[in-house]
Amino acid sequence: MQRTKNQKAWFLVLPVFLLVAFSAIIPLMTVVNYSVQDSFGNNEFFWVGSEWFVEVLNSDRLHDAFGRQLMFSGIILAIEIPLGIWIALKMPKKGWAVSVCLVLMALPLLIPWNVVGTIWQIFAREDIGLLGHTLAALGVDYNYTQDTLSAWITVIVMDVWHWTSLVVLLCYAGLSSIPDAYYQAAKIDGASKWAVFRHIQLPKMKRVLTIAVLLRFMDSFMIYTEPFVVTGGGPGNATTFLSIDLVKMAIGQFDVGPAAAFSIVYFLVVLLVSWVFYTVVTASDAEDQS
Amino acid sequence: MALELQSVSKNVDGETHISDVSVRCNPGEFNVLLGPTLAGKTSLLRLMAGLDEPSAGRIMMAGQDVTGLPVRKRDVAFVYQQFINYPGFSVFDNIASPLKIAKISKDEIAARVEKVADLLGLTPFLQRKPLELSGGQQQRVALGRALAREAELVLLDEPLANLDYKLREELRAELPKLFQNTGSMVVYATSEPEEALLLGGQVIVLHEGQVQQAGATLEVYNSPASLQAAMTFADPPLNVLPAIKSDAAEVKSLDGDLTLKVNGNASAVAEGAKCTVGFRPHQLGLARTSECEVELKGRVTLTEITGSESFIHVEAVGERWTALAHGIHAPEVGAEVSLFLDPETAFVFAGGAGNG
Amino acid sequence: MAEIHLKDIAHAYVPGEYALKSMDHIWQDGSAYALLGPSGCGKTTLLNIISGLLKPSEGQVLFDGKDVTGADTAHRNIAQVFQFPVIYDTMTVRENLAFPLKNRGMAPADINGRVEEVAGLLEISDRLDSRATGLTADAKQIISLGRGLVRTDVNAILFDEPLTVIDPHLKWQIRSKLKDLHRQFSHTMVYVTHDQTEALTFADKVVVMNAGEVLQVGTPEDLFERPAHTFVGYFIGSPGMNFLDVELDGSRAVLGDQSIDLKQAPAKKSGVQLGIRPEFLDFADQGISCQVTSLEDLGRHRIASVSISGQSAKVIVPSGKPVPSENAMLSFDPDHTLLYTDGYLEESLR
Repeated sequence: MQRTKNQKAWFLVLPVFLLVAFSAIIPLMTVVNYSVQDSFGNNEFFWVGSEWFVEVLNSDRLHDAFGRQLMFSGIILAIEIPLGIWIALKMPKKGWAVSVCLVLMALPLLIPWNVVGTIWQIFAREDIGLLGHTLAALGVDYNYTQDTLSAWITVIVMDVWHWTSLVVLLCYAGLSSIPDAYYQAAKIDGASKWAVFRHIQLPKMKRVLTIAVLLRFMDSFMIYTEPFVVTGGGPGNATTFLSIDLVKMAIGQFDVGPAAAFSIVYFLVVLLVSWVFYTVVTASDAEDQS
Repeated sequence: MALELQSVSKNVDGETHISDVSVRCNPGEFNVLLGPTLAGKTSLLRLMAGLDEPSAGRIMMAGQDVTGLPVRKRDVAFVYQQFINYPGFSVFDNIASPLKIAKISKDEIAARVEKVADLLGLTPFLQRKPLELSGGQQQRVALGRALAREAELVLLDEPLANLDYKLREELRAELPKLFQNTGSMVVYATSEPEEALLLGGQVIVLHEGQVQQAGATLEVYNSPASLQAAMTFADPPLNVLPAIKSDAAEVKSLDGDLTLKVNGNASAVAEGAKCTVGFRPHQLGLARTSECEVELKGRVTLTEITGSESFIHVEAVGERWTALAHGIHAPEVGAEVSLFLDPETAFVFAGGAGNG
Repeated sequence: MAEIHLKDIAHAYVPGEYALKSMDHIWQDGSAYALLGPSGCGKTTLLNIISGLLKPSEGQVLFDGKDVTGADTAHRNIAQVFQFPVIYDTMTVRENLAFPLKNRGMAPADINGRVEEVAGLLEISDRLDSRATGLTADAKQIISLGRGLVRTDVNAILFDEPLTVIDPHLKWQIRSKLKDLHRQFSHTMVYVTHDQTEALTFADKVVVMNAGEVLQVGTPEDLFERPAHTFVGYFIGSPGMNFLDVELDGSRAVLGDQSIDLKQAPAKKSGVQLGIRPEFLDFADQGISCQVTSLEDLGRHRIASVSISGQSAKVIVPSGKPVPSENAMLSFDPDHTLLYTDGYLEESLR
């Protein structure tokens, strides 16, 4: 294409540039600004340099929240990805059942985060919730407000219920893009079901799986609303994940400086993990092509 | 009114797509742009249309420089290999769409669309949607859009490539006639030499972004200016034999086993210099048809039968050649056959086959 | 290897609407067949019935006399090459070729020997250990074929328009390789295509189909010289056969105020067409008078369009031979002048 010989195009980009500036860049710079200063109110700020960062990085509180966060993301990925693939494989390929399944699958995704939290908060209550009451009646020792394990299970089951559909839908899209000829050829070659999965379905789903893992990792790493509504981060700090901790620090205690430093570290961690993951996957993709 | 490209070049990201092309198309002419895949046919068509600007050179329309003029300010119609129509419009509205944009009166539009539909045999389908038609009919609708607007310049980029063999044959015979009376300049890009011959008119032989030869189609076919032009305008491939000019009227194969009396055909080659003899499959027969033919021995590797002709691939004199037999002949693979060549009809080009 | 008998086969996707009309055909063991016809003629339906992807609504499929109508693809021991190359992306070329053998539980040492042997035949020994994904389309098609060839239990190899995605200048190389392999292995091969050159080049016998019906099964020579149906005459050859509506008067075909003497007198008198290929019409000093309406020069020969008593026909004129501009006369080669009633070749001429 021919290169333009004037600078008119910049004017066309300007509105987007302004929008991004107001929605992302300026708030981000405000956070950076807070993270290197201290304030005792009255809008007076003092330069503190990297002090908050040192404090935040050395705080046990952050380490604990970070550990809980990693464990949570790890567990839900380990459940949702295989479960999602399995459901996608089991879904019907044609006919009216396809639309029914797709609608059913999409339903949890359409419910607002806080509503999901509220649903499970009530559903799992021992006194009035169907699940909690049934479990109690069966003699299972279950109480998510008291017991750490119960709280974790509740939060994880809730996330799996809410988000496995996303993995299913992505995998289903990947699967339906495989031409019939592949399945026919595999039949002719006498391939077992496992071989078909290993050598046809899995390789063809690789790209969508990459996206699924990335999305689920980032989302779960930043989870806030649902556990906040159900457990409020408790019992104790048992389900206090990074974002809940951050909010406690910034809003609850009004430690704006450390909270800002915390958010920047948090942001960088998500960015770093996503980047590493993406690079590794695309590199192995490039290897496939050569 | 003529379209003239003057030393036009086009580079994209350091790669040369079109290199120093000068061609002239006259009104009412049917021009065939012939070249293999990646020869630069589409790039050249886009330059002609004004979809791209050349990196160097000028494009003149009716004596006016239009080099920088964008496509919407030119009077150009473009038909692609894919059947591109507005899926939501009826056939009538598809053909009428460029006329509506040109703000032509309703009655005039109806009259023109009816005329075009009649020419293309689309009259019974005017109220249907393009996707309810067969591939051949869909491409007719796209052609109808180009015809109806009566553009000065009509560019066709392999418009028949996606059609079934027999349909292609029918549409190909109709095309030159359709445009004959419109006064438009037509440029038709194709990768098939056979198609160029069937369409007739003028041909521009393109290879690796350069014009090899341009002129009346048959003239170019019968007297190619260079080995490359002869090879590009040949399907199945041109038979070649690297040789040395041994005498004023003779060439010898490199191993000296074969002497061909080519008489005046080698006048452009210096005596004792390397040259390449080229001849088309129909010049290599399985039966003697005249006294002056040379007999050669060959071994059959494959016979391709097109339905009314047989192309017999042979190995002879250490080369891979193709002979043509009319009707259906399928000698056994591996069989030894006699081949007959009239050396006086062969082309002789200066230089070796590799650097031709 | 096996003889395949399609016994009174017919298929309708929607009850009553036959996509494949009733037919009975034997595919001889070791022969190469082509299924030729325009899109939508039922050739893919027929192929799917042979491969077992589709159960015919009527009739039986017999492999060497054994009824396999109900058996699925995996149990028919057929190999198939599809329109688009199917290879296993995660595997090397060697693993791709070994895959069907591994699945059938062959000993690793035997597998290796067999793979090496087939790779040698296909001339891909040097790239056995490279990944299969990066290869070109033609190399991938060769590997798909190789997965069929490694097996020793294959009854037939089916090809479904296998050259669709292959570069034109590579097509004839693959064609000659296929021919070569057929001569060496003499597998029963069935090749589906809409391209006459591909069908005629590949097959010993060509099955021409149109509108769900098999119109003719014959050698390329049969299809050229004695098309059994007007559609075959039209579809094979370019330009196709000329057909002229004629009245019959004893053993003469009457065309307007002229007539042509025929070798035999047909039984039926109405709905008769005279068929002759453009190759067998010749400008002569006497014969049927016609007007030359246009002349196309294709370099190697010319095609003249003529009008004979108001009906149009094409004549192939060898280069060098003059075409009369006035008072043109056409001679009809009597051995190649055929008669068709209601589309089918006169029985006495078959």
